Amino acid sequence: MERPLTKHIKPGFTAYNLEEYKQVGGYNALLKALKNMSPGDITTLIKTSNLLGRGGAGFPTGVKWSLVPMDVDRSRPKYLVCNADEMEPGTFKDRYLLEGNPHQLIEGMIISAYAIQAEKAYIFLRWAYKKAEAGLRKAIDEAYKAGYLGKNIMGSGFNLDLYVHSSAGRYICGEETALLNSLEGKRAIPRTKPPFPAISGLFGRPTVVNNVETLSWISHIVENGADWFKGLSLTATGGTKLFGVSGRVKNPGTWELPLGITIRELLEEHAGGMSSGYKFRGALPGGASTDFLIEDHLDVKMDFSTVAAAGSRLGTGTMIILDDKTCPVSFIHNVEKFFALESCGWCTPCREGLPWVEKMLLSIEDGTGKMEYLDLLSFNAKYFGPGNTFCAHAPGAAEPLQSGLKYFHDDFVKHITDKKCHWR
Amino acid sequence: MIKILIDGKYYEVKPEKNLLETCLALGIDIPHFCFHPALGSVGACRLCAVKKFRDKDDTKGRIVMSCMEPVTEGLIVSVEDPDAKAFRASVIEGLMTNHPHDCPVCDEGGECHLQDMTIMTGHNYRRFDFPKRTYNNQDLGPFISHEMNRCIQCYRCVRFYRDYAGGKDLNVFASRNQVYFGRHEDGTLENAFSGNLVEVCPTGVFTDKTLKMHFTRKWDLSNAPSVCVHCSVGCNTIISERYGSLRRIMSRYNGAVNGYFICDRGRFGYEFVNDEHRIKTSQIRLGKESKLQPVENEHIFASLTDSFSANKKIVGIGSPRASLESNFALMTLTGKENFYHGISRKEFLLTRKVSDFLQHSGVISPSLKQMAGADAILVLGEDLVNTAPMIALTLRQAARNLSDAEAKKKGIPLWNDAPVRELAQDTKNPLFIASPFSDSLDEIAEDTFHSQYSDIAELGLMISERLDKKAPDTKSGGNDLLKLAEKIARHLKEAKNPLIISGVSSGDESIINASLNITTALLSFGSDVMLSMVFPECNSMGLALIPGNSFEDIAGLNGTNEIDTLVILENDLYRRADEELVNELFRISKHIIVLDHLPNKTVLRADVILPAATFAGSEGTMINNEGRAQRFYKALDAENQVKESWKWLTDLIKIRNGEVKWIRFDEIVGFLADDLLIFSKLKNYNPGSDFRMLNAKMPRQTMRYSGRTAINANISVSEHKLPEDIDSPLAFSMEGIPENPPSSLVPFYWTPGWNSVQAMYNYLEETNGSLKGGDPGIRLFEPGKKGENIYFKQETKSIEIKKDEWKIVPAFQIFGSDELSSTGAAISKRIKKPFVLMNQEDADILKIKSDDRVELEIGKIRINVEVIIDKGVVKGLAGLSVNLPGMPFISMPCYGKFHKL
Repeated sequence: MERPLTKHIKPGFTAYNLEEYKQVGGYNALLKALKNMSPGDITTLIKTSNLLGRGGAGFPTGVKWSLVPMDVDRSRPKYLVCNADEMEPGTFKDRYLLEGNPHQLIEGMIISAYAIQAEKAYIFLRWAYKKAEAGLRKAIDEAYKAGYLGKNIMGSGFNLDLYVHSSAGRYICGEETALLNSLEGKRAIPRTKPPFPAISGLFGRPTVVNNVETLSWISHIVENGADWFKGLSLTATGGTKLFGVSGRVKNPGTWELPLGITIRELLEEHAGGMSSGYKFRGALPGGASTDFLIEDHLDVKMDFSTVAAAGSRLGTGTMIILDDKTCPVSFIHNVEKFFALESCGWCTPCREGLPWVEKMLLSIEDGTGKMEYLDLLSFNAKYFGPGNTFCAHAPGAAEPLQSGLKYFHDDFVKHITDKKCHWR
Repeated sequence: MIKILIDGKYYEVKPEKNLLETCLALGIDIPHFCFHPALGSVGACRLCAVKKFRDKDDTKGRIVMSCMEPVTEGLIVSVEDPDAKAFRASVIEGLMTNHPHDCPVCDEGGECHLQDMTIMTGHNYRRFDFPKRTYNNQDLGPFISHEMNRCIQCYRCVRFYRDYAGGKDLNVFASRNQVYFGRHEDGTLENAFSGNLVEVCPTGVFTDKTLKMHFTRKWDLSNAPSVCVHCSVGCNTIISERYGSLRRIMSRYNGAVNGYFICDRGRFGYEFVNDEHRIKTSQIRLGKESKLQPVENEHIFASLTDSFSANKKIVGIGSPRASLESNFALMTLTGKENFYHGISRKEFLLTRKVSDFLQHSGVISPSLKQMAGADAILVLGEDLVNTAPMIALTLRQAARNLSDAEAKKKGIPLWNDAPVRELAQDTKNPLFIASPFSDSLDEIAEDTFHSQYSDIAELGLMISERLDKKAPDTKSGGNDLLKLAEKIARHLKEAKNPLIISGVSSGDESIINASLNITTALLSFGSDVMLSMVFPECNSMGLALIPGNSFEDIAGLNGTNEIDTLVILENDLYRRADEELVNELFRISKHIIVLDHLPNKTVLRADVILPAATFAGSEGTMINNEGRAQRFYKALDAENQVKESWKWLTDLIKIRNGEVKWIRFDEIVGFLADDLLIFSKLKNYNPGSDFRMLNAKMPRQTMRYSGRTAINANISVSEHKLPEDIDSPLAFSMEGIPENPPSSLVPFYWTPGWNSVQAMYNYLEETNGSLKGGDPGIRLFEPGKKGENIYFKQETKSIEIKKDEWKIVPAFQIFGSDELSSTGAAISKRIKKPFVLMNQEDADILKIKSDDRVELEIGKIRINVEVIIDKGVVKGLAGLSVNLPGMPFISMPCYGKFHKL
């Protein structure tokens, strides 16, 4: 089984420096791209490979790039931004790539910037990723010295400057347009779409924002081709994916596996099954903003379309397990509290609804909840529905809430009728 | 036009608007908060949700925000859809979770957009049963009261204050349901348009602090359409009365003039009307040495018979702050040969020169709306932020024209505010400012040039020379100046709608000549150039259009000729000329009659004082700087002996000629129009006093006006006869049709369901368009043929740097330089002490620091002023605050010496 993204990452060891990275074929793809391929060729290749964005939404990367205007002068400057603001609860896959192989990301970014003809690129990094920041800065330094960044890269005439921006730490900055506002030094509130960033992005210029894992793929696809990439997955989507498991399992962690493996495989073979004494009750398959899946879904294949068909989302592919010794109401309260605190405060349903939800959940958990809260929670979950809110923050928050109310209804009722939490 | 389907009904609509404003213009009520027609859409509040259907077979549809929905051919939507209605109610429910429901003690109650929207969506039952979030409030200064708990986070305040008006000290802080709108700490809101927050805020977070001092609910106010008297722009206002005092001023929409907004001087400058020192009784002095004493009307008229007999020489001095009709009545009394303008000779010559040019050169004298469309702008010598704030605000919008064009190219509709601004970033229209001091407009300028007047004029002349070879030669300035002149000339030449702005407040003819020459040069090749000239006062232009000379030219002032009777109309001559000259005028006048509102130095010299109604108690016409005649109406009924100056003057004419020339306002306007050709259009441009809607006058009061039978109960329990108003079609009553009066007669905004100012949608043709029936006011002159104009020859010479003397130029102040507004309590708190601006180098020479006090000697005048170091001021130049309370008249520019104290 191929593991292109993590092949050169060894937990516990420092990341490859430039020399080591080159020894294992690093920057060959960049040379190939700059010497033999036009920007349009690369975009076509990525389109053909059907690389879907790994940040959570699964938008086709090549399509995103192809929206960028390619006329020579009028659209300049253009920007490429790497979304490394990994703040989805339970998600730590980008961190693994950032700390483990920064040159892989940098090479991918140079090729991507070349494809859209961007002259400036930013890595918008989660504030807490101090180790990743140090590694990135060192790697960028090396890349500049070796002529992979800066003016006239490898004699191609292509110029690129790459900057690391360590963010101030808001969940909403993971939303690409809020990220752009934040990067411009403005309040991190999402922007109106359309226009999409490809037309008017950072500083009003054409911009592509891609996730760390997405950009880390680029050099591999350029080197090995679209068919190779498609062949890596067990389903039609293409590629491997970094999956992760957290919660009461024997071996929590993150692994690179083909898209399309089942939840059961992930849980049993890679995470080592539930810790002894704990039983599986459910999982948020792709981070906190995805719907619960339960035991009935253990054979669902982990891919964008199949998880969606089961009523949830693949999201970031890193699941959080709910066990039988954790109160589901408390679990959901914890999640919703996070979303309420991270709301940017721009639109009404999110700003006003999430704190209400949080208060009702806490009240139920504390044994002071009322039966009508169950209807009010469902009402709010619907109130947060897509299209009702300005961005996807509240709809994301609605997912664990609405599915939790469905799958753990009896637990909610028991809290209210018994006026206490039986897990306490 | 395109066709769209709303709730099963087809409408023909314009494609460039969004769905929300389209529906509002069609009279379809859609609740909303964050959308404001001047600010565009941002999709924050989510209240304007409607259902959109893919096609006719789509029965499910999806919820969209109407403010973010472009109107496209074949669009199918439903406002009445049950899902959309339920969602709108749930948005209100969300907002109400924290709203304090303190309507009974909230100043906004009764004209609250939040109340209206809550009722419109049908939300009424509270299901949120947790404690509410609370905030601390701030002291935001004398104008605005702050009550954050009422906030519904629509973001309109910061979008207006920061994005629209360029303010810096109001912001949104924190996030989630803790977002806070205020300053970083307590303190006065600095922006000159802060008062608009009162109208922009959909609820009671920002309310009018001056109204709070004598609070009255909207429904208990008696209102009238008026025009601001505090600068020459002539913004339209709604003035409101209760119990005989003026309670507040709000903006009155005029699509061609001020749009939705007014400045803080206009909104809060009204307090002089209620001043405890107001002259409300006639007073007479029975001998030169005796004191003034109150007198009944009959006795006054009897005592004046002699002063007005046919053989007496009567001289009248008019005023740029009095109405056209009052000035005309005075001219009728004295005859044209004895009517003088109550302004300095210098100001007279400059205003006359400018008004002649505007009428006859073929240039466009633009409205604010036209100015907003300018694509290259040059400001020459005028400090707009302080002398014509609304023009400054308009330039901020004009600055966006270039980026608007970019947005259009990218397919972003202009109502989609955030993306338009994100795309634009700092792109600005070419705006060039050449003036003595830096101000807040500098930040949106492409280039600024701060220097003394002669240099500014030199720059102007260089520009005109570069535009037209026939323009007078200039001596070659420095290389940088030359480059700047070339750049400005190029932009003005290439622009479709270039705009030159200058004014007479500099008091410097070279600046005026330079701006007229640039205009002439642009006209010489057929440019559609606009020239906006700022005048010192609200009716300066009106006065300039009336024959006569400056009162400094009164024959005999330096001789022995005596004046039998001198009549001074609403004017403190000591603000107009040197004290000695005015004293001399009074010395040669045997009998002095003064009509005014408040005691001042001139009033104290009167033998007879006649109490003149203020704008709030008068009907009249004023001509703004554009040349637009605008009618204002009274909200205050006559009180004691107070009446309009033109009515007093009518009485005096009767004493003199034995004839009653006119009784009603319409009649004096008729005489005016017949007598002076320039005013011939004034005859029938507004509905006359006999105009009726369904046989009734337009009510000044709302239908819910309370206490009519009780207001005078402490005096007499019988119901008083309603005051009559023979001069206008407005009634001092709630009877009549309150909805949709003619556009010039809007006393307040109200339509069923809309009690807040947002009711104005129903008065407009379309959002940001004209009022239904056309914007009020009539332009007295239109640009004629672009004739060959003559260039003004102008020598410029740099200031001689004299060893101990500084060139003193006027530094106008939005708060303080205007006479009437300065007496109010709120404005007073914003007025600085008299000051001079100078640069660090000069201060070092004088060995003084910022905040030091120095004595300034100008001729015989010596005044104490505070020093403010301003790095924008060039060496050898000092800016002296103009006309602040306690300052004498000083004719600037001039030279002065500083003495350390």
